[in-house]
Amino acid sequence: MRIAVIDESAARAAVIEEGLREAGLTDLHIFLERQGLAAQLEACSPDVVLMNLENPSRDMLEETFALSRALARPIAMFVDHSDENTIADAVDAGISAYVVDGLRKERIKPVLDLAVRRFQAFNRLQTELTEAKTQLAERKVVDEAKRILMTKRGLSEPDAYKLLRTHAMQSNRRIADVAQALITAENMLGGGL
Amino acid sequence: MTQDRFRIGFLPLVDAALPILARELGFAEQEGIDLELVRDTSWATVRDRLIYGHSDAAHLLAPLAIATTLGLDRPAVSMAVPFVLGLNGNAVTLAPSLAEALGGKGQLLDSRTSGQRLAELIHLRAQEGAKLRFGVVHRYSSHNYMLQYWLRASGVDIARDTEIFTIAPPFATDALAAGEVDGICVGEPWNSVAVERGVGVIVNVTSHIWLRGVEKVLAMPASRVEQEPELVHRLIRALYAAGKAFVDPERSGANAALLARADYLDGSADLIERAIADKIKLAAGQEPVSIPDFMFQHREAANFPWVSQAAWLYAQMVLAGHTDKADDDYAAAQRVFRPDVYRAAFAGTNVPLPGASAKLEGGIANPMGVGTIQGRLTLGPDSFFDGRLFDPEQLDSYLDATSD
Repeated sequence: MRIAVIDESAARAAVIEEGLREAGLTDLHIFLERQGLAAQLEACSPDVVLMNLENPSRDMLEETFALSRALARPIAMFVDHSDENTIADAVDAGISAYVVDGLRKERIKPVLDLAVRRFQAFNRLQTELTEAKTQLAERKVVDEAKRILMTKRGLSEPDAYKLLRTHAMQSNRRIADVAQALITAENMLGGGL
Repeated sequence: MTQDRFRIGFLPLVDAALPILARELGFAEQEGIDLELVRDTSWATVRDRLIYGHSDAAHLLAPLAIATTLGLDRPAVSMAVPFVLGLNGNAVTLAPSLAEALGGKGQLLDSRTSGQRLAELIHLRAQEGAKLRFGVVHRYSSHNYMLQYWLRASGVDIARDTEIFTIAPPFATDALAAGEVDGICVGEPWNSVAVERGVGVIVNVTSHIWLRGVEKVLAMPASRVEQEPELVHRLIRALYAAGKAFVDPERSGANAALLARADYLDGSADLIERAIADKIKLAAGQEPVSIPDFMFQHREAANFPWVSQAAWLYAQMVLAGHTDKADDDYAAAQRVFRPDVYRAAFAGTNVPLPGASAKLEGGIANPMGVGTIQGRLTLGPDSFFDGRLFDPEQLDSYLDATSD
């Protein structure tokens, strides 16, 4: 079974590719560029096309599929009413899938399920990465605010932190937000930064 | 008041204005709706999110709602259109050298003249073995059907002498610049972006092909409308109020600034305001020209889903070879537009409600008072550039006369 993976994210495409290869699906073709995509895809003639849901080339590709149905190998979206859940899972994970008309459902479902798991894993990684970055940025802000308090008010580091925390609790805000407000105020007052 | 959450999918285009203003100016909130907007980059994704419940309704191409109902590219899902989000608002932009060959010198020619000249150019180029290539935003789009209507009525053999294919609006300008296409038919602000870059000249607008022609609609799965009619009515009323604010000339700058925001169109407020104010710059370095009713979002019951508009679109789909004519499909296509839901939403308000659900499209040459079940209503001209009429009761003779 020949599978085409279309994605603007090389990292995500690599994650999908790895998963499919491990499952013994080795006739894989990865497309990352929009330029010339329709022609390359027609030359590749895949049985299954997996694409990220938000790919901006989808309208153009769906037209290509609609036209090629009349010309050569028919490609239709993989939707069978008995499989609504599988498709809903795929859409939830951020995948759109197209398969050659008539390809047996039993052969497609494992491929799609695998792609869904890989997409979900990638999404989780992304979320964790974003969270880690946010935490790092917030720690920097808090450190900066502590430094201002230590310089301006002669506080020790634990006391500076305690002051930020007390203010955060009293005003029902996050420590990072209080710290950011302090830095902003300090900048506006031209506090020698 | 508790707020019902409701999500509307959209593409970053000027005619996504009504849902955006309904949220930003508080009209949705007044109707007890916590309106969320979900932005995407392709219509396929907007449609899939709608079908699989990531959104509750969508800013959608009218013909795509019909194609989805008929199951043209995928298993059929019945769509309902209880409200039209706007009429017209698209333009045809050609590469500067081609536009120059068409003539006109900075003014829009009337569509008959420009159509004939373009037809001659297309014929010449085809004889040289270089078919003119046009990009449209979607296979099932009013852009595609209005461009084809203009060309066909001007004597072009579309299938033989041209190539028309899909390009996502954000890439259309690049394609024009790179010479991949000779012309594009897209919505705003993308024509104006091409003009500003100096890679395109606007030679026609869709309001000069079919005045008051249906464009984007509010589409939702038909089942949703049946399940929660009252919520749909409130949403429609919020969108109507947004339309009123959208066409207020005093607000055009503020509306443009809202639409230009990074979370909506993420574009130039100046370019967006041109479309809103019906002042369009046709070519780089020129002053904008006034094109009355370039886009039309509110007056004259513009939001009323005339069943005859859906019927006209179905006829164009058949003419384009996108589907084979079938009586069941024709009936299903017309059922997508839901004037009954629109009427129910405004019953007892001061919003004028037409008495009829269909009209003779192209039949109004001068402003005309029409029968209503509520309020007073005058409809402006809805002419086709070639003066043809479309009677939804006479589909076969319309198709026969066009094929000849």
